[in-house]
Amino acid sequence: MSLPARVATLTVAFLAVVAVAVFVVVHYFLGGPPSVDFTSGVTAETGANVNVVMQEDPQNTVSTHPDWVSYFIQDPTTKQWEHTTTFKVPAGSVVNMTILGYDGCTPLRNPVFGKVTGTIGSVEYVNGKPITQLDSWSACNVGHTFSIPGIGLNVPMATPSLSESGTNAFCGTSPCTTASLHRTMTFSFHTPKTVGSYFWQCRVPCGGGFVDGFGGPMQTIGFMTGNMEVVS
Amino acid sequence: MAASAAEATPAPEAGGRNHGLWIFLIWLPTAVLADVLLYFVYGPHMPPGTMSDSAASQQFDIKVMSVLAAPVMIFVLVYAIYSFTVWRHREGDEEDGPALYGHARIQATWITATAVIVLFLAGFGSYELAWPGFAGAGAGEGPSPVWKPAHGTPIQVQVIGQQWRFTYRYPQFGGFESPDLYLPVGVPVQFNVTSLDVIHDFWAYQLGVKADANPGVNNVAYTTPKNVGAFTVRCDELCGLWHGAMTNQGQVVSVAAFQAWAQKTETQLASITALLPPYATVYDPTVVPNINKAMAKAGIAGANGYYYPPNDPVQP
Repeated sequence: MSLPARVATLTVAFLAVVAVAVFVVVHYFLGGPPSVDFTSGVTAETGANVNVVMQEDPQNTVSTHPDWVSYFIQDPTTKQWEHTTTFKVPAGSVVNMTILGYDGCTPLRNPVFGKVTGTIGSVEYVNGKPITQLDSWSACNVGHTFSIPGIGLNVPMATPSLSESGTNAFCGTSPCTTASLHRTMTFSFHTPKTVGSYFWQCRVPCGGGFVDGFGGPMQTIGFMTGNMEVVS
Repeated sequence: MAASAAEATPAPEAGGRNHGLWIFLIWLPTAVLADVLLYFVYGPHMPPGTMSDSAASQQFDIKVMSVLAAPVMIFVLVYAIYSFTVWRHREGDEEDGPALYGHARIQATWITATAVIVLFLAGFGSYELAWPGFAGAGAGEGPSPVWKPAHGTPIQVQVIGQQWRFTYRYPQFGGFESPDLYLPVGVPVQFNVTSLDVIHDFWAYQLGVKADANPGVNNVAYTTPKNVGAFTVRCDELCGLWHGAMTNQGQVVSVAAFQAWAQKTETQLASITALLPPYATVYDPTVVPNINKAMAKAGIAGANGYYYPPNDPVQP
C-alpha cells in the first residue's frame, strides 16, 4: 500500500472513531428529554412560589413505547403537556405541585412508602381531602409515587377506581384530559437552598414486563423518573 | 550443577564499591523513615478511620499493609535509580558483565523469607477477618454468623435495600421502619441486611461495615460504634439508574439520645408501622396479602396475589 493510501486509511479510521465517540456523548450523555422551566418570571428569593402541574398516565401514545406508563409535565407558558420528567425550579422556593393521576393501582413493593413525607404539613390533598398515608396493600389505592429522596419527599399517588365510574377503561390516549377518570393530588414542598440536580422517582414497581417491575419506564428518564433542577 | 557460593558471588571490583551494601545502606534508612511516617503520621488519618471497632481494625490492617509494602516499593525505586546512575553504559565499555550462576544460600534465604511472609500474611489476615473481639471485621457473615459479639445485647437494625433507597427497621422498638439510621455509641450493633428487589450493598463507610443486600437472604454484620458523629452510607453494588445516588447519612449518638429518638420515632410512625408486614429477616415482596380482594374492589382483574402473573416479569 502506498504512503498516501496508508495515510488516508488511517485518517478515515481516526475520524470514524471520533465520530462514534461524539455520537455516544451527544446521544447518550447530552441527549434526553427537555427541561420545563418554572423559573421564568419568578424571583429566586426565598419564599417564591412556583406552580408545577404534572400527570401520570397508564400509557403514553406519544413515544416509541406506547405501553409504558409515564409522567407528563405541563409547560407553564404554553399550557401544553410535555413528555418529559425534568423541570427547573428556583432554590429556596415553595413548589405547589398538582398531579393528575389517571393510572390504576399497583401495590407498593414496600408499604412504608405509602406515607406522605417531606411536604409542608406532611400532607397531600386527594381531590381536596387531606391524606397522610395510603395503604396500597389492603385497598390497592396507590398508582405511583412522586419521591425525591434527596429532600426526603415521598407522596403516594391515589388512584381512581373503575368500579366507581361505571366505565371499564382508564384514559387510553396521552396526554390524558380531565374528562377521563382521575384523581387530583396537590401538595407543597420547599426546594433546597443548595442548587443542583435532585432526582425523583416512582416507587411503585409499575414497569410491567420487566424484572421486579423496575425496568423499562422505571429506569428511563422521561417516563417514571427524572430530575428536579434547582437553580439560583 | 550448582556452582559454589564463592564462584557465584561476583566479588566487588578491586578497589571498587560493594554495590549491594550501598543499595542496602540507601534503602534501609529510607524504608524505616517511610514506615515511621506511614504508621505514626499518616496512619491515624487512613480510611476508614476509627469511628467503630471494625473501622479501627481495618485502619490497622491498612497501616500494616502500608508498612509492609512501602519498603518493597522503595527498594524497587532505589535499585532502579542506582542502576541508571551507577551501572549505566559508559562510552567505550563494550564488555559483557560477569556471568551469574546459582547461589544456594541466596535461594534458600529467598524461599524462606517469602514463605514466612506469605504464612504470616495468611495468619494475620485470618485473624483480622475475625477481629475485633472475634465479632467479625464488619463484613457480612451470611445468615448464620460464626463470629458474634461476646458481650452485651446488640441493637438490631434491619437494613432493607430497594431501588434506590435504604430503609432501616428496628425490631426492638416495635418494628418501625425509617429512612434515618441512628445508632447508640458503645453498644454492639447487629445489622440484618436484605433487599426487596435486586442486589444492593450496604456500605457504612466510616463504620467499616460492608455487606451485600440480597433478596431473600439475611446477611448479618456486626460493629460497635466508638465515637459519636455522622457517617456515610452508600450502595456499593451497581443496582440500576440511580445507583450512584443511593446514599444517605447515618448518625452515631449517645445512648440516651438514641433511646429518645427511637421511642419518639416509634410513636410517630406507629400508623405506618401497622401497615408493614410483621418483622422477619427476609421478605417476599411479590406476595401481597389480600391483594386479590383489594384489586377486585378496585374493579381490576386480580393478579393472583402477585404484582404480576408468575410469568411476568419475563426474565431476560
